[in-house]
Amino acid sequence: MAKILKTKEICTNIWEFIIEAPLIASKAQAGQFLILRLHERGERIPLTLADWDPEAGTVTLVVQAVGKSTREMVERFGEGDEIRDVVGPLGLPSEIKRYGTVVCVGGGVGIAPIYPIARALKAAGNGVVTIAGARRRDLLFWLDKLDAVSDELIVTTDDGSFGRKGLVTEPLRELLEAGRVDKIWAIGPAVMMKFCSLTASEFDVPIVVSLNPIMIDGTGMCGVCRVEVAGETKFACVDGPEFEGDKVNWDLFLARLAMYRDLEEKALEAYRATTEERL
Amino acid sequence: MTIVPRKTPMREQPPAERIRNFHEVPLGYTPEEAVQEAKRCLQCKRAPCIQGCPVNIKIPQFIRRIAEGDFRGAIRKIKEDNYLPAICGRVCPQEIQCEAVCTLGKKFEPVAIGRLERFAADWEYEAGVEIPPPGKPTGFRVAVVGSGPAGLTCAAELRRYGHEVTIFEALHEPGGVLVYGIPEFRLPKCIVTQEVENVRRLGVEIRLNVVVGRTVTVDELFADGFHAVFVGSGAGLPRFLEIPGESLVGVYSANEFLTRVNLMRAYLFPEYDTPIKVGRRVAVVGGGNVAMDAARTALRLGAEEVMVLYRRTEAEMPARAEEVHHAKEEGVEFHFLVNPVRFLGEDGVLRGVECVRMELGEPDASGRRRPIPIEGSNFTMEVDTAIIAIGNSPHPLIPRTTPGLEVSRQGTIVADDLGVTSREGVFAGGDIVTGAATVILAMGAGKRAAYAIDRYLREKYGRKGAG
Repeated sequence: MAKILKTKEICTNIWEFIIEAPLIASKAQAGQFLILRLHERGERIPLTLADWDPEAGTVTLVVQAVGKSTREMVERFGEGDEIRDVVGPLGLPSEIKRYGTVVCVGGGVGIAPIYPIARALKAAGNGVVTIAGARRRDLLFWLDKLDAVSDELIVTTDDGSFGRKGLVTEPLRELLEAGRVDKIWAIGPAVMMKFCSLTASEFDVPIVVSLNPIMIDGTGMCGVCRVEVAGETKFACVDGPEFEGDKVNWDLFLARLAMYRDLEEKALEAYRATTEERL
Repeated sequence: MTIVPRKTPMREQPPAERIRNFHEVPLGYTPEEAVQEAKRCLQCKRAPCIQGCPVNIKIPQFIRRIAEGDFRGAIRKIKEDNYLPAICGRVCPQEIQCEAVCTLGKKFEPVAIGRLERFAADWEYEAGVEIPPPGKPTGFRVAVVGSGPAGLTCAAELRRYGHEVTIFEALHEPGGVLVYGIPEFRLPKCIVTQEVENVRRLGVEIRLNVVVGRTVTVDELFADGFHAVFVGSGAGLPRFLEIPGESLVGVYSANEFLTRVNLMRAYLFPEYDTPIKVGRRVAVVGGGNVAMDAARTALRLGAEEVMVLYRRTEAEMPARAEEVHHAKEEGVEFHFLVNPVRFLGEDGVLRGVECVRMELGEPDASGRRRPIPIEGSNFTMEVDTAIIAIGNSPHPLIPRTTPGLEVSRQGTIVADDLGVTSREGVFAGGDIVTGAATVILAMGAGKRAAYAIDRYLREKYGRKGAG
């Protein structure tokens, strides 16, 4: 059981949760994730750590309410409630060292997990340029936090309602063209990570992406999170979640992500029906 | 004395009915049936069955008590050597262990030792479970990693020696392979829950959701004051065939398929959140118990045709005879001397499998005749689900995060017969040492390691204990 200490909607449909998890908080490192299960009938949900506080014994998660379980989490789990199971930290930490200038790209809800990585890279003496992108202004969050750990912060929106109009790959390309990038981190929707990787490989700059495949146990047992990297099968839960983006088989990754889309819809419908019953 | 040549049959759910539910297939003996079967035992002096049992249960003695109607005495006798009898009675491969060497079995069918063990255990649940008292407290603390058969047995045994025991389990339910791997229809989860509860009542603390190797390391367990660590972290990532198309949507590892259904209860979706998909035509690759479990689970989830593809012949199949028999009764088709070479897909989704026919050549390292592909014999089968059940690698986390722990090329922890590893104070047993094996072998390893841990603690710290 893990108690929820705080919840807050930080922008449209994206919520911040602060959860009591002292063991995880004491061990967490940038790039790792945890798995939670809301209740007895719940699924195991992998979430990349957005922040943690070893002294307070808490971890921060940022959740976008899209599927059944994430909706249920934001709609039915509030301050003081308990989450049945929380386990972590899982996966390998980001390889933090002094690279020179690093570009950190966070897209959509991926803005949250890029934050501790940018912070760690900055602390390791890197020059950090952060690019945060979202579809619209009301889907942006944590810009102040990102700004505090970056030498430069570039914000993009698809519709131009805030910052630059366009996709994150555009400023990324400009930085690469200017020739001052030694390493890139990108976290966000799979398609965004794919295109960031394509852009990076044009310039031969190494890029790390954080993959979020379907997982069940997340501890190195079930094998569903397999991804093809440089032609080899890897398991995101124990070999990742971070991989070299230019070596990922993205088409396969996208196909596997969509594996249960129809049943996910069905679960959401069934959940909506129970919500209506309650009203 | 007249000898009854055949085992007393056990009632089962009829195949046509059971393939539509997840309830247990064999229904167990009545007291009358158990007594009748127990009377078949010759009570031979030599009792080869005891040596045939990996935990050396005093088999003739417990059977004699059943024959006399002393069921309480029977279960007490079993539990002197085995803490999980309700599980072993159901999942042990008795036909290659105790029953294989039964004296009666030389001329007739052997005594149904497994069924009698199950009977005694089930009888006790009805009548009330007795928890044996733990040993005199020693003050030593032992950490047990994993709550599968090796960990549970080791923990229970360590309590008997008087040590304090904490089990660390990575998943949200205790039981390891007993809950994520073995299906409900073969080992009902309520049985596992009861057996785990008994281990708790012995005074073992079980901490769920702690991944040793991530949440804490073995080194930190020692720093926290544990005097010894037993690693029973079990099987890890599934092996794949390493052929094209293995990541197509519709290709499962048996671990994933069974974990969804067993641990996450996906067969009750959407009442439970975790989904599972099974197509019309399912191919299961492999010939062990896990392959049988996957095939029979697929049938129960509504598959129209389930085919087991095995590269050797029926004689070499490692599955328990009873599982193969049950699978056949339920309509699972077996294709022997067949091996997949490629999965075929459309838009990333599985549509078929290309196989090659095999023949058996010379015996290999396992002593079984090596299967050799017959050139030009390739053929294609239309399938929309494939389940790969060809084994697992050892669980990777502890070998990767414990300095000084010797690991084999296969990734298993190197340990002797008593579970002693290269690292002082660290013991290991079960699949993490042997590679994928059986529940009872893991239990045997846990039991022997508990003995070795007790000996180690007393030798290192002297007889007086930690206090």
